[in-house]
Amino acid sequence: MAKEKKTRSLKIMNMHIPYHIIMILWSFIAMFPMWFLFVNTFKVKKEIYTNFFGLPSKWTLQNYQSLMASSDFFVYFRNSFLVVVISLFMILFVGSLAAFALAHWRSKTSRVIYFFFVIGMMLPIKIATIRLIQIMKTLGTLNSLFSLYPVYIAMGLPTAVFILTEFIHGLPGELYEAGYMDGAGRFRIYYQIVIPLIRPALATVAIYNLVPIWNDLWFPLIFITKESQKTVLLAVTRLQGQYSTDWPKVLTILAMSALPVITLYLLMSKQFVKGLTAGAVKG
Amino acid sequence: MMAKSKTAQAFQGSKSIKPGGVYWVRYILPALAFYVVFMAYPMLDSVRLSLYEGTAGVRQYVGFANYVRLFTDEVVSKRFWNAFGNNWIFFAYHMILQNALGITFAAILTNRTMKGRQFYQTLIFIPCTVAVLVTGYLFKMMMNPLWSKAPLAKIGLDFMIHSPQGWLGDPGTALSAVSLVSVWQWVGIPTMMFVAAFQGIDDDLIEAASIEGATPWQQFTRIRIPLIVPVIGMVAIMTFVSNFNAFDVVFAMETLDGAPNYSTDLIGTLFYRYGVAGQHPVGIPEPGVGSAISTSIFCMLLCGVIPVLVKTQGKE
Repeated sequence: MAKEKKTRSLKIMNMHIPYHIIMILWSFIAMFPMWFLFVNTFKVKKEIYTNFFGLPSKWTLQNYQSLMASSDFFVYFRNSFLVVVISLFMILFVGSLAAFALAHWRSKTSRVIYFFFVIGMMLPIKIATIRLIQIMKTLGTLNSLFSLYPVYIAMGLPTAVFILTEFIHGLPGELYEAGYMDGAGRFRIYYQIVIPLIRPALATVAIYNLVPIWNDLWFPLIFITKESQKTVLLAVTRLQGQYSTDWPKVLTILAMSALPVITLYLLMSKQFVKGLTAGAVKG
Repeated sequence: MMAKSKTAQAFQGSKSIKPGGVYWVRYILPALAFYVVFMAYPMLDSVRLSLYEGTAGVRQYVGFANYVRLFTDEVVSKRFWNAFGNNWIFFAYHMILQNALGITFAAILTNRTMKGRQFYQTLIFIPCTVAVLVTGYLFKMMMNPLWSKAPLAKIGLDFMIHSPQGWLGDPGTALSAVSLVSVWQWVGIPTMMFVAAFQGIDDDLIEAASIEGATPWQQFTRIRIPLIVPVIGMVAIMTFVSNFNAFDVVFAMETLDGAPNYSTDLIGTLFYRYGVAGQHPVGIPEPGVGSAISTSIFCMLLCGVIPVLVKTQGKE
């Protein structure tokens, strides 16, 4: 009898009802703006005035269709896509090369170089903005995506070097010995042995940089005014003036700019959490 | 032949692949070049620029005049100290509210016997993946009394809108509204970091404590919290650094001037106005003053980061 009662109360305790209440409450607060964003993209222009938060009375895809029909929209997306892909590729390529060297070359010089990179994790690159504008002017890359690539690459390298060096250093040394015995050069060891082994760390670095680069407003806002070179986020800043009365359309563009990253996150949330909190907690 | 002699050379060292310093330089050089040219050098050179006046071509050395202006000039310093103070309020919201929520959520989400933890975790983190600009615009719309008054009245919550201009239009509440939106958005990051930290605690410790009769609350305050101090320090540093970096949220919800009446002006927006865009109505940027702002922040970040690093990470 007594035992049964005890297991029963334990069972109830293990349901953690107060905890669920807190978490449900916060989940609601966290998701409400997202609901507001997506649900309103399916409403016709006028309905948003009478029905602000609810489901649309008549669902429509009209907002998405008219967005797809405009060619600007594709230009912005292409630009954002290019910026993310090229910057990420370079961060991973250049960063893994350096990490490969720093993990194996153990000397005073290499320690100094390593720390020089790692300090950059603590300092926001925005501090360098004024000088960067002048550098881009000199290079003649203002108003083009080529002003964004090098900044994002530089910005991503400290974390890339930190995470990848630690990771490569943790790999068992015998893996290379075998390659060396077969007479493989260092570069072959790098791309045939090291690269496949460090894939999980590369994924972490990629995600760590993907979100801030896709979502960055600061540098496009400062470097780019030309229509054909704008990123999605920069284009979003002009919405309010442009379609100030057509709120469902504004929300549709906001939704489309957020959708790629949200989708990617939902598909691989574990790696995302690991990636976005990397750099602070080792590994 | 060449390859062979290289291998032989490599083997002469202590551990096959490891020796040969100069050889490695070519692997490091590309990364170092990007990092130095586009981050390290411009950052350090901004310090030098803060001692000059005027734009390229007509630049003139003025010593510390920009700093004197920034800290004491009637017009400039008023804006600077205002933004500086606002930034501390903005920081306090994050440091206290966001990190307390983060620890609470993490403690809940690391309960082994609780169901649906993964689901909650996934939801909490979604706002962190959306651009600040997007969430800022969303909240700006939702906080507009023209829109939200009627739906709020329906559920009896319209008393929350205390004035016709709404929270964002009232200088007394605008900064709080902006800060709370930012807290809402980023709470997932500390949560996840604390989750990872709590999961790293050895189970034996908790078990031993519960056998000794420690209540869950005692276990939490006496064992779990002290054990994650290094992570708390790291989160504090990240919060500190990112707050002096904030710009997008004010840009999206208010204006570049930190409306209403400069009440939401942060260092980020001030830096943009002076250093990059130029003050209204003149519109000529002052790179000298801008660099003085960024250099001051640079020094302040270092002063804030290093002691916390030493205090919380030193014990490892």
